[in-house]
Formats: sequence, structure tokens, C-alpha cells
Amino acid sequence: MKIHNLEGLLKAKQRGITKLYPPKKPKLLVGMATCGLANGAREVFDFFRSKARATSWNGLVEKTGCIGLCYQEPLVDLVIPGKPRLTYNRVDLVAAEKIWEELWNGDIPETSLMAWNDTDMILLDGGPRKLHQGETESFMRRFPSYAELDFLKYQQHIAMRNCGLLDPDNLDHYIARGGYFSLQKALTAMQPDEVIEEIIRSGLRGRGGGGFPAGIKWRSCRKAKGAPKYVLCNADEGNPGTYTDRGLLESDPHSILEGMLIGAYAIGSTEGYIYVRAEYPLAVETMQRAISAAREAGLLGKDILGTGFDFDMEISLGGGAYVCGESTALMASIEGKPGEPRAKYTHTAEKGLWDRPSNLNNVETWANVPVIISKGADWYNMIGTKKSTGTKMFSLVGKVNRVGLVEVPMGITIREMVNAVGGGVPSGGEFKAIQTGGPSGGCIPKDCWDLPLDFESLTHAGSMMGSGGMIVMDQSICMVDLARHFIDFLMDESCGKCVPCRLGLKRMHTMLERFTEGRGTIEDLDEMKSLARAIQDAALCALGGSAPNPVLSTIRYFRDEFEAHILDKRCPAKVCKRLITYSINSDACTGCAHCSDVCPTGAIVSTNRKTHRIETSLCIKCGVCAGVCEAGAIEVI
Amino acid sequence: MNTSFGELEAILEHVPPHPEHLIRALHEVQAKFNYIPADALDAVCDHVGVARSQGWAVATFYKAFSLRPRKEHEISVCVGTACHIRGAAEVYETIVRGTRAHAGEESTPESDLSVEKVYCLGCCSMGPVAKVGNEIHANLDQKKVDTLIQTHSKR
Repeated sequence: MKIHNLEGLLKAKQRGITKLYPPKKPKLLVGMATCGLANGAREVFDFFRSKARATSWNGLVEKTGCIGLCYQEPLVDLVIPGKPRLTYNRVDLVAAEKIWEELWNGDIPETSLMAWNDTDMILLDGGPRKLHQGETESFMRRFPSYAELDFLKYQQHIAMRNCGLLDPDNLDHYIARGGYFSLQKALTAMQPDEVIEEIIRSGLRGRGGGGFPAGIKWRSCRKAKGAPKYVLCNADEGNPGTYTDRGLLESDPHSILEGMLIGAYAIGSTEGYIYVRAEYPLAVETMQRAISAAREAGLLGKDILGTGFDFDMEISLGGGAYVCGESTALMASIEGKPGEPRAKYTHTAEKGLWDRPSNLNNVETWANVPVIISKGADWYNMIGTKKSTGTKMFSLVGKVNRVGLVEVPMGITIREMVNAVGGGVPSGGEFKAIQTGGPSGGCIPKDCWDLPLDFESLTHAGSMMGSGGMIVMDQSICMVDLARHFIDFLMDESCGKCVPCRLGLKRMHTMLERFTEGRGTIEDLDEMKSLARAIQDAALCALGGSAPNPVLSTIRYFRDEFEAHILDKRCPAKVCKRLITYSINSDACTGCAHCSDVCPTGAIVSTNRKTHRIETSLCIKCGVCAGVCEAGAIEVI
Repeated sequence: MNTSFGELEAILEHVPPHPEHLIRALHEVQAKFNYIPADALDAVCDHVGVARSQGWAVATFYKAFSLRPRKEHEISVCVGTACHIRGAAEVYETIVRGTRAHAGEESTPESDLSVEKVYCLGCCSMGPVAKVGNEIHANLDQKKVDTLIQTHSKR
């Protein structure tokens, strides 16, 4: 249905509200983003669907996106009119069957019930919506509410405002939660310069890595001469350990579209591209459906909302190259060329895509824009710190109990992030370091974990904010090996255009390899530092310039580990294969022969039919035996 | 011409003849034939209006494209940082040993499996992960790897 003006938008909102909260029907929602699917959400969804069909159930089975609790997937929500929203965790087929049975019997299912929520915190137009009326239900006393969940307690969802709470394929759902009203406001009540002014005042900084003020970028593009101007979205999320963009693309694509539309209006652009990496098939499909729906409703195309504003956009698919996350490489790739960056003598604001003025922002940045326009810059810049306003999404992963997507106000400390939000390091481990900023960032050790998470503090500590990867590491991680891992990645992904990056990283890799094999020297360390500085100074693009960061930061904070590899030929974390030996503690060995069964090289032999022994010359140190030994008899020295 | 002309025509039919659609067209060719046949690459270049040199530059630059036929089932093992610290290297080695394939190059004669390392599939919360087709296999351990190989190998 076409939406021509405010009235049309209000009608769509009404439609959406009855779909989001059907007045008479219960609704089962299955989280069907990639995290859910990988954990079996599809089977659960199909199960509920087939049961509902077979029994002519008076209810709905729908899909939704990801609320960020990846450690609890698959997640299922139950929405019953007048009752709190119920969330079930780790729902496999067995649990789904029980939930269905209880529901069918007219009970409120309590199998796998994780938490309930009596208020839908709609951030935009409409405000919070009370879901529960009447007396406190008994389950409300026995199970925690959303507000009590440690994982969510410290979070504030702005970019993620709709994630897991609507069907990403349903435009009306988005509008019902206040979507596209910011666009309407911008188009009818604000001049383009006022929009830019608002974004500048909000202090919104680019969420993709650099942290450049978004409004200032928009202003230079607006002022640039030339037409058409392009508005671009960087969804080429190649940083290992980061999936914040995927979360938004799969769970709330319209928030990105609306942000881009507002940006296009402010800049004076009529065409746009969203550059998505091909490794995210579900994100690409979801985005494609969102674009089609918006086009069909008249929210993309000519004369949007009857204001005379034209804008349309397309998806441009990446080809699996990390370097395309760099702005000029991304533009080259959209043009159908190899993704090689160029020197930025001229800013992309003046000469970007096809040498026309272009404005590129990252997914999360765009998703923040509608909220700023709706609630105002003053509301936004009260959140976070003075220089880093608002919230930031992180993908909290690695050796931490509660992994998932989180969005917190800027300025919370690393310690709070790991312990309060993440629930600490799994038992047996101890927090050692946190890696932020992906391959352009660095590792921050425990000594610095009271550091606030904002752009300046992280850069000062030798890392960077980046696009929000946050990898927690414990004692089992060898920092030398990790540095090698990053340079391995960067060497592989270097586009090869400039010498410092192409050859410098290769040289660095050779040195790191020597360290992990116990063949390095102390002189190598100094040489590596000087090589790193040369790469930083001379590489053509920002990715090349920041490539040595993971190495420099690990040398800065974990020099003792490098020295252990060099001087003692020892890997303290027992990771580097050349420096460790496997053996079996004969006192602990029960002779169960699990290890000799799985040993791929036949290196494990039975000594006296009771205990086992590893033939070191045959051992390839694959660690498979340690994985199967129930007695814990395999020792690594 | 060793690729089916009809199939290629069907792809090019809905690709607008403009250089910006080169990568998109190559994605479709790759999906259809499981690699980029040389003659198809030339035809795509002519269709979207770029020099063949540019077509070859693009096809060899991006990892999504392969100039040699890929196996029907490709196991992409994520070795991104989050998976790396959760033991992706061991998972990769186990899969390689399991399929007796050489990394990224060959695969076993008796299976239609091949194995490659990829950096980050965006499923960092469930590492180590691997992808077969569009399906993500999460939290891989020895047991899951065995099942994975068995289900996707020809017997």
C-alpha cells in the first residue's frame, strides 16, 4: 500500500500495531537471524508452524530478528494479549514440543522460560507500551524480568531499538515502532541544513572505525560541487570478531534505510548504494526485501511522502575482500573494479563514487540517525561521554560467559563490560586481555581494564574503537601467536597496491613466525618495531596504516611473552607448537585408550596394557588426545 | 565454448549492461557453474562493457570467484579471531585430516568435499564455526566435525 503523507504513515502505524500486538491472538516468535538459525531455529519454527496448521491453532507463528542474546539461542518469544511478553531460551525441538503442549493445554508454558517483559520500550513515536494489565502472574514472581537480566541491565538500545522485537520483513511493524516518522519530520519540518546542524550537535561519530563526526562529513558533501551526489552505506563488515552490522541488517533493515534517506535529504542526494559483503547471504536477502517493500510503499523512489524529495538505492554485493571496507576501495568495488584504495588527495566528499561527491557511513551510524532526528540532539548528546556521545554496539565474544551483541552507553569500562555484561571469563580461566578494533586495533591488558570505552581512550591505549569487535581472552591465549594470526590475516587481505603493506606485512609475518618457532632474537623485536613504524607512515590507506597495531600493542603490553619465546624458547600459554611437547601422566592415565583411538598418527602406544605413552617423534601436536582424555592425563610442557 | 550458452544468456538477460554490474554478474556465473569459466568471463565483460583485462583483474582479485571448478560441497572453516581463540586451527586440521584433503587446493577423490579457510563468517558468538553452502555449523568439536564430514561426503 502506498504511503503518500503523514496520514498514510499513521494508517500504516495502526496496521502495524494490530500486527505487532494482535488484540485477540497469541503469537509465537522465533528469532531467525543467523545466530538463531545456526543453533536450530529453523527446525523450531517449522515445528510450531506445522503444529499450528495441523491443529488450526488460533494464534500466529512469526519470525523475528536477534535481540543480541546469542548465548541463549534459539530464542522463542510468546506474546499473549494482556500478558507480559515471555522469552524462552535454548529452545530445541524437545523444549519446543513441551512448550507447545503446555500452550495447547491452556497454560502459560514455563519450560525453558528465561524471562518476561511487561513493557515494550518503544524508543520512538509512541513511547513505551504496557503489555501487562491486572494482577501479578505467579510466573512473574518466580522468573526474572527483562530489567533484571544482567546481560541487558547495563545496555541501552538505540541502534538496536527494534532488534528481536519486530519481523524485519514487515514494514508496518517498523512503522508501528515509530519508524519513518523521523524521515517525515525531516522532510516536512526541517531544512537540510537544520538536519545537518542537528547531527553535528548530537556529536554522532562514525561507528565504522575512524570516529569522524558524521554531521561534518555530511556538510562537506552538501557543500561539494557536482551532481549526482551519492549516499553510501558501508556494510562490508570484514573485521574478524565483529558482527554488529550483520545484527542490524538481519534484524532491522529499515532503520538503516531511514537513516540513509534522512542523510540523502540533508546532503542533497538522489541515489545511494549499500555495499554488503557476500558472506552475509541472509543480510543481503533481508535488505533486498526491505528495499523492495520501501519502494512499493513509496518510501523510496519519486516524490517521497508527497514532499517532492526523490531518492532510490541499490545493494552492491562485495566479493570477499576485507580491504573493501576502506572507503575508496569500497567505491572502486561498487564501480566494478578491484577494491584497491587510492590516495585521498581529494576527499571522497568531493570526488568519490564515479568522481562525484559521495558520503559514506557505516550501518550503525545510519541506524542512529532517525533516533537523533526524532528525539533531538540534546537528548542524544546527554548519553555517553562528552566527546563520544551516544551508545556503541559491540559484539562481545571470545572467552566470556555471555557472548552476544550489546549496545551500551559510551564510557562504560572494560571491566564492567566483561564482568557485568559478559558475566566474566568461564570458570578455570582468568581475564588476560581484550582485543578491540579488529585487525586495526590492539590488545588491552588487564592492568588497563578500568579504561572507559570511548574513541579517545581506546586510541590512546594503542587500540581503537573500530566497528565494535570485542574479543575477550584468557590465559590460554598466546599473544605472540595472536599477533601472528592478525598479520596472517592482514597479509592475506592486503590488496597489494602499495609496497609497505604488501611486503612489509610479509616481512613482519616471517619474523613473527620465527618467534613462535623459538628462532627469534631480541634484535628482531626492535627491527619489527621500526618496520611497523615504516608501514604506519607509508601505507596508502587507513587499513594499511593501522595494520601494525596488533603487533605494536602486544609488544607494548606483553613484551615478557615475546621474551619468553625468544630467550627461554618457551610459550607460556602453551600454544606455539614448536615450543611444546605432549606427554601422558602415567599416574593419572586410566588406560581407557580413547587417546590412542583418535590419534591421527598412531603416536600413542600402550606401555603395559594399562597406561599409555606418547612417541614424541610421531606426535604432530594436534591436541586431539587432550580433547578426549577424561582423566586429564595429557600434559603439555 | 564449453559453458552452456543458454544458461549464460539467461544470467546476462537480467544484468543491465553497465560496468557497475560486473561483480554482480560474476557472482551469478559463479553460483551457476561453481566457477568462472574463461569464455563466460569474456562474455560478461563484453556484456557489461568493460575491457577483458578489467574482468580478469576483478575475477582474480575477489575471493568469491574461482577460475577453477570448486567442489560441490565446500566446507569453509572460519579462522577469524573469535574462532581462532576458540580452537579454529584444530578444527581446520581435523577437517582436513578427516577429508584427507590438502588445504584449499585439492580434495579427496572419493568425496565431493573441499576445505578452505575463511576469515570471519560473522558468527563469532558460536565459534568455531564452518559453513557448507549457506548453512552455518556452530560450536564445532571433534564429534560435530565427524558428523559434518560424514553427511557431506559421498559414500
